[in-house]
Amino acid sequence: MLLIRCPYCEEERPELEFRHAGEAHIARSAEMSELSDDEFEKFLFIRQNPKGLIFERWRHVHGCGRFFNAARDTVSDKFHLTYKAGEPRPDITLMAPSGPSAWANRDPAELNVNTPDRDKGA
Amino acid sequence: MMTETFRIAGAGRLTPARTARFTFDGKAYAGLEGDTLASALLANGVHLVGRSFKYHRPRGVLSAGAEEPNALVGIHRDAARKTPNVRATVQELYDGLTAVSQNRWPSLAFDIGEANDLGSPLFSAGFYYKTFMWPKAAWDKVYEPFIRRAAGLGVAPDQPDPDHYSSLYAHCDVLVLGGGAAGIAAALAAAAGGARVILADEQAKFGGALRFETGAEIDGMGGWDWAQASLSKLKAMDNVRVLPRATAFGYYAQNLVGLVERVTDHLANPGKDLPRERLWQVRAGKVVIATGAIERHMVFADNDRPGIMLASAARTFLNQYGVAVGTNVGVYTATDSAYAAAIDLKKAGVTIAAIIDIRDDPKGAAIDEARGLGIEVLTGHAVTKTGGKLRVSSMAVAPKAGGATRVIPIDALLMSSGWTPSVHLFSQSRGKVAFDEATQRFLPGSYAQDCVSVGACNGTDTLQAVIEEAYAAGETAAKQPKGNRPTASTTENWAGGMLGTGPGAEPDTTVKAFVDFQNDVTAKDIRLAVREGMRSIEHVKRFTTNGMATDQGKTSNMHGLAIAAEVLGKPIPQVGLTTFRAPYTPVTFGAIVGHSRGSLFDPTRRTAMHGFAEGRGAVFEDVGQWKRAWYFPQAGEDMYQAVARESKTVRQSAGIFDASTLGKIEIVGPDAAAFMELLYTNPWAKLEPGRCRYGIMLREDGFIYDDGVVGRLADDRFHVTTTTGGAARVMNHMEDYLQTEFPHLQVYLTSISEQWAVIAVQGPRSRDIIAPLVEGIDISDAAMPHMSVREGTICGVPTRLFHMSFTGERGFEINVPADFGESVLEAVWAEAQKHGACLYGTETMHVLRAEKGYIIVGQETDGTVTPHDAGLDWAIGKKKKDFVGIRGLKRPDLVGTGRKQLVGLKTVDPNVVLEEGAQIVADPDQPIPMKMIGHVTSSYWSSNCGRSIALALVVDGREKMGQRLFVPMPDRVIEVEVTGTVFFDESGDRLNG
Repeated sequence: MLLIRCPYCEEERPELEFRHAGEAHIARSAEMSELSDDEFEKFLFIRQNPKGLIFERWRHVHGCGRFFNAARDTVSDKFHLTYKAGEPRPDITLMAPSGPSAWANRDPAELNVNTPDRDKGA
Repeated sequence: MMTETFRIAGAGRLTPARTARFTFDGKAYAGLEGDTLASALLANGVHLVGRSFKYHRPRGVLSAGAEEPNALVGIHRDAARKTPNVRATVQELYDGLTAVSQNRWPSLAFDIGEANDLGSPLFSAGFYYKTFMWPKAAWDKVYEPFIRRAAGLGVAPDQPDPDHYSSLYAHCDVLVLGGGAAGIAAALAAAAGGARVILADEQAKFGGALRFETGAEIDGMGGWDWAQASLSKLKAMDNVRVLPRATAFGYYAQNLVGLVERVTDHLANPGKDLPRERLWQVRAGKVVIATGAIERHMVFADNDRPGIMLASAARTFLNQYGVAVGTNVGVYTATDSAYAAAIDLKKAGVTIAAIIDIRDDPKGAAIDEARGLGIEVLTGHAVTKTGGKLRVSSMAVAPKAGGATRVIPIDALLMSSGWTPSVHLFSQSRGKVAFDEATQRFLPGSYAQDCVSVGACNGTDTLQAVIEEAYAAGETAAKQPKGNRPTASTTENWAGGMLGTGPGAEPDTTVKAFVDFQNDVTAKDIRLAVREGMRSIEHVKRFTTNGMATDQGKTSNMHGLAIAAEVLGKPIPQVGLTTFRAPYTPVTFGAIVGHSRGSLFDPTRRTAMHGFAEGRGAVFEDVGQWKRAWYFPQAGEDMYQAVARESKTVRQSAGIFDASTLGKIEIVGPDAAAFMELLYTNPWAKLEPGRCRYGIMLREDGFIYDDGVVGRLADDRFHVTTTTGGAARVMNHMEDYLQTEFPHLQVYLTSISEQWAVIAVQGPRSRDIIAPLVEGIDISDAAMPHMSVREGTICGVPTRLFHMSFTGERGFEINVPADFGESVLEAVWAEAQKHGACLYGTETMHVLRAEKGYIIVGQETDGTVTPHDAGLDWAIGKKKKDFVGIRGLKRPDLVGTGRKQLVGLKTVDPNVVLEEGAQIVADPDQPIPMKMIGHVTSSYWSSNCGRSIALALVVDGREKMGQRLFVPMPDRVIEVEVTGTVFFDESGDRLNG
């Protein structure tokens, strides 16, 4: 099960709390009824379905309920980052972590596996 | 009961006084507490424990651990608890254990299926694909039953599993997988600084290879004693959790590891409180993989007879369990480590017939010691075949270079061709293995997750290096400075070995030199696969089934790869390694399912009035997770009689119906009307507060997504209803648009489905029924016409009262806070009975709405139906500039002719009720396959119409009014007439009647 960082809750939560919602950055036209057949085809049907980096929408449906965007690698399932709906598509090459812990999306010290304060004493 | 004859006094770590009785194939034996079933059987001299998968060859115990391919048995606790395919080497003995052998008939010693061994040319590699091709008809009746009976494992239990299973999530800083020397050392180092550590091992006792490796010394203690002392230390620490009997079976994304803990399989009387197994899903900051290595067998002719086993297994049986695996034991090896087994057995008083070493000139302490003990060591020799039937009785030994064959009598043969690092979990973590030329083995290469391999699974061969490496890993994982490490030494050497076949099983031979014992794959099969064109090791694997059995090729994969590489003339790394997949060892469905079974499989939703309906004898149906009252049978009535009575009563007087399951969403805010305009096809801006409208919701593609009646409570407040099944997804759909496409709108969406209970009162007497109960609302037609909503009180409780109908009769839907649903319904029902009304359920609701041609989304629609198709054009706001689906509706395919349209169907014989889903054709005499022009979406007997009625989607249906069409059924063709969709009260007068 993946851990996904909700950009609104600002913490990593298990995949069970989320629902996938399709490709991101497909804007609905304000002049919907004026679209040509070609434009509407692109809007409704044409998706990238890439092998590799994809920008996609998720909803923290069993959490805060917010829709947000994520940059994920479809081969490794690695989330490069998540960001709020409405924010521009980020330049992912600058942000991709590397090294053995890349898979964990972030430094293990930032994962929710640190010793809680109450456990630290004794 | 047999007495143990192969238990050696003073050997092993079990307590002789603590005996445990058990039976195998009905015969009674005694073993000791702490035994595995395998060690207990061997203590009693029982080597024959199973028949092989394909050839039904007699098989014995190969290993002493999880890699066991042969010794699979059924463990029977009672009629319902019959576990097949249990590895006897893993099953711990308990008093009263009952085990049975598998895949044999009529008995283990005399098995008819053994004829497969003689007819084996038929069963060569790929035999499934070649032999059972033709004729097709024979597959179901002849081939498949034959294969299933002849080639199989154990029998699945035939009763529901009475045990329960639990699961939990756990988090830790460091998860250590494997409790041998490396794992224990890593856990000690990681735990020293206070990190939260979980140490898991598949065995009951920690220690791993220290169980048998008597030459090991750590921290001034014997290896085993150090392991036990260290375990006591770890167990006493608050920040350490020690998990015995827990197999890590899967390594998933972001350091999530799945483990199954076997909680009760070793207990004589487990009781009902404990779960049988516990599934651990552990999220770890760092994973230390210390999974050790697995010894390989030698590949030579007839290397599978009972009594032939891995050298380390024989050593484990001796040093852990005090069991001699024979009285006159041969050894066949390509490594030093098998010598240690021979030496240990010799010292325990067992005769070693000879050590056959395939190496020409092995040197070292082990060889010297063996010779010093007077053991005959034949170097540069090979075992070319073995004799014996139900137990090995001899080995044929010949010089590799050629020469006279010598037949040496034996009753057990130990073998070792070296050790394969267990990189399974590393590989599952998506790390890449790398082939080490020097040692001819795959080792962890590049890592993909935050984990580290230590010890034998990392190719680290000497004990001191293992301890150093494990301590360093533990300290790094816990971010600790370097601390003191214990000193370690061992007299043993695990390095070296060979891959592939030895003399006597070369490419031009036809002998059965087994590579994969469990799937009966021989060296010849693998060569055949390559000759027949399999180039990739993945293809070889699937063609031969090498490595595909429940043991997943733990002992066989490297041999199979080496043999294929040899025939292909390629180096091993170029042929590749098959993918390691979860699970590492078989996992029960019970462990995966956990508590999610039976009534806990899915939540059950009950309405506030459930108890009321139950008390009145309702029969319930499942609608999604909801339990809905289906019909209310009176004495002697079946469903059809009950529904006929209910539907007549509603139209004659009135009926009461629980409509609480409908989805309800409150849409509030200054832009609520603007939001409604965008989400529904209908116009909303001019709908006055207090009025209702039937709304249709589309997806962008123009197809109907949901529908429902919407009441406007105020300028800025709408009470929306959705279909029962659509409640959650409609809410999601609205939230999606509000958050991402129309975030400028000031609107708040609230699910109120569970907050309001809904009592529908439908029928000509409905107003009379509720009149005495309603306060503060004028419910006259003038003040509150059809399709209006008012807020007031009923029975003193706040209500949102809708004047609306899903029956075509005058009707009301009383919304009250859910807590008052049942008491208000009691009051309504008391009034209703005065008017001769009835309770009705979903079936009657369906019939009544069909009589009026009202659609149900999901029944008349299937995601490809537009409002126009459904005859609902009137619900689209023609002047609207935008709504979700507005552009989709204009797609060429949606506006052209030839679309299926909703129509009514009347069977020519009014007594015939069509089947829902039945296909419709224009000409029943056309050749098959016929051109189908539509299908029946709803069909009922209508007691109000005195005939059957049906709704259907038919191509250009509205142009076919009055035409005759046909519904071909298996036994007859039913003739129907196309009609309008309204079968009852076409004028609609009754809505206000």
